[in-house]
Amino acid sequence: MDFADSPDEAAFRQRLREWLAHNNPGLPPSSTSDEYWAAQAGWHERLYDAGFFGLSWPTAVGGHGLPSVYDVILDEELIAAAAPPRPSIGYLVQGLLEHGNEDVQQRFLPGLVNGRDRWCQGFSEPDAGSDLASLRTRAVRDGDEFVITGHKVWTSYSDQAEWCLVLARTDPDVPKHKGISAFAVPMRQPGIEQRPLKMINGITREFGEVLFDGARVDAANMIGEPGEGWRLAMTVVSHEREPGELGYVARYGKLANELAHVVGADPAAFGPEQRRDLAWALVEVEMLRCHVSRRLSDRLGGLTHGPEGSVDKLLMTSTEQAVGHAALSVGGVAPAGGDDTWLRVYLYSRAQSVMGGTSQIQRNLVATRILELPTS
Amino acid sequence: MDVRLSAEQSALRDAAAQAVDRLGPATVAGLDDAERTAKLDAAVTASGWRELRTPVDGGAPLASAVEVAIVAEELGRGLADAAFLGPTLAAELRRRAGAPDAGVPETVALRHDLSAPACAVDGVLPNGAVAIDALGATSALVLMEDGGGYALGAVALGENAAGLDLTRPSVTIPASEVAALESQTTTLGLGDLGTWDSLALAVTCADLVGIMCGAVTLATGYARQRAQYGATIGSFQAVQHLLADAHVAMEGSRSIALHAAWAVDALPAADALVAASSAKAYCARAARSVCETAIQVHGGIGNTWECLAHVYLRRALLSTDVLGGVGPNLERVLASHGLGGDHGLR
Repeated sequence: MDFADSPDEAAFRQRLREWLAHNNPGLPPSSTSDEYWAAQAGWHERLYDAGFFGLSWPTAVGGHGLPSVYDVILDEELIAAAAPPRPSIGYLVQGLLEHGNEDVQQRFLPGLVNGRDRWCQGFSEPDAGSDLASLRTRAVRDGDEFVITGHKVWTSYSDQAEWCLVLARTDPDVPKHKGISAFAVPMRQPGIEQRPLKMINGITREFGEVLFDGARVDAANMIGEPGEGWRLAMTVVSHEREPGELGYVARYGKLANELAHVVGADPAAFGPEQRRDLAWALVEVEMLRCHVSRRLSDRLGGLTHGPEGSVDKLLMTSTEQAVGHAALSVGGVAPAGGDDTWLRVYLYSRAQSVMGGTSQIQRNLVATRILELPTS
Repeated sequence: MDVRLSAEQSALRDAAAQAVDRLGPATVAGLDDAERTAKLDAAVTASGWRELRTPVDGGAPLASAVEVAIVAEELGRGLADAAFLGPTLAAELRRRAGAPDAGVPETVALRHDLSAPACAVDGVLPNGAVAIDALGATSALVLMEDGGGYALGAVALGENAAGLDLTRPSVTIPASEVAALESQTTTLGLGDLGTWDSLALAVTCADLVGIMCGAVTLATGYARQRAQYGATIGSFQAVQHLLADAHVAMEGSRSIALHAAWAVDALPAADALVAASSAKAYCARAARSVCETAIQVHGGIGNTWECLAHVYLRRALLSTDVLGGVGPNLERVLASHGLGGDHGLR
């Protein structure tokens, strides 16, 4: 049991620290500005090209084949340097790794990992949110292609994406979980219309909806077998629930440290309640950092994703929302306008208990699959 | 980095788990079973767990704080009514002071609010103190101001009083004179006391994690068998979500407490204290909430003396107050970010 670096890990940390000292783009917090999203692709490419991204993924797809705990080192150093978090694509990578065949992996994973191809995720629909398996987007075979028709929503970064991982119903005649297949659909084609959605904190570059009206996809772009879409979706969302996969610890750590600097600049201006909110944010970030270390260490014995991802997601949510409350309390709400960064951080934090499966769904999973309570 | 338990550490955890599962109080009535209590105490004595922080050659402790935390968590989970925290903290003081083994069962004395070790001035404890985890102990260590540092003194203890925690009784020490220990070789400095604080915080965090684990297991078991409206109450989402939140709070606590225990011996004193303070604030808040959930899920029965839920809550409240609960530890966290001062949270 050792939280300390091995010699190899220490050397990696040192190289990373030196690189970050000269290559930190100093972007604003990811959740608060369109400027961040516009620059995010460049950050992904620089981080990758310098050898600091895709650490635990296979070398065959452009990763480094390192033990999973290297991602903890990356997150810790990004926090210390107040740099942007690493790109959150781990759940897509894991989905393709676990369900894609050799051809799919070779065609799609290198570009996804090195940041040259950007992806979005077409899972949710207006009438298929928590009940994802009731999705109605259809994919109909037409020669060597499938034709896709349907309406996807909450498709993050769809305006920048070259590819969309789409879940669509390929067999309407079997039970709803069994008739779904997954496709890598090219986004730049007729038959796809994108509509940005403005989030409650004002940003428009992250969230969107996508309408597929006769969009075409090569049958060879099916990920997994026909009908394997639901299992792929469960793989993806369970990884999407893991803070170790997402790297959000670095985002939360950066925000909490910045709030500590706000208080430090004028301590007399902040009362006990504000100090308490800040202290909880710092403690929650520390908890999540330790928790990610523990979960990624567990992976050293082999990759697993089970209901524990729901525990991770709920802890990640409590951390983000504690940081959000500290932002509200310490940073203030900019009642007369002006710089409302901290208000935006707070407002964005409300999404964490919804995206990737609501906190209520996560609690259902913890109760029934970990605590083994009976389903009603 | 690999924070999985080693094979030896897993074996230690299993041994402690077996001892409390076999000899711990399975019911509230079982707390009064003197024969069982004596057997548990004998098992803990035979295991050597109370000596984990005694010195080996060169003065280093026999085992790291991680091993101490592993045992503490299992004893907390099983509501072990056998001394461990007190003797462990006493052994750590003696090790640092270069004082020989007491030769009698010993614990430590803290201020009345348990927020810090009791400290004698001019050989007198003017306001008295509280000896914690005093089952079977005949004396308690206190600090004695000694020039710029601290020496150790001992106070003889009277009869056990039950107090808050039904598994770890405290003894009130009246205002009294304190005799310095003979043959201590080292005056304790603030660095020693800071690390001792970190150990005390880390061990109580581990105890709280164990308590949470036990309380969740107790409440989940009840929810599986208690039926209302023709269904077990554990099938109702309202109850499921209470228990899910309790489980999640326990897992987060386990992660941060594990790091705090590792930090005691692995990090510089100031960093270890931040790790321990962060963990204690988190675990203390979580433990109260989890134990309250355990009472709530039991309904009316949960509010009766015979339900074990309040035994967990009481033990959690005592562990919380040792070296301070939420407020003082959040204050320590802020101080570590250069934000200490007199805008206190206490």
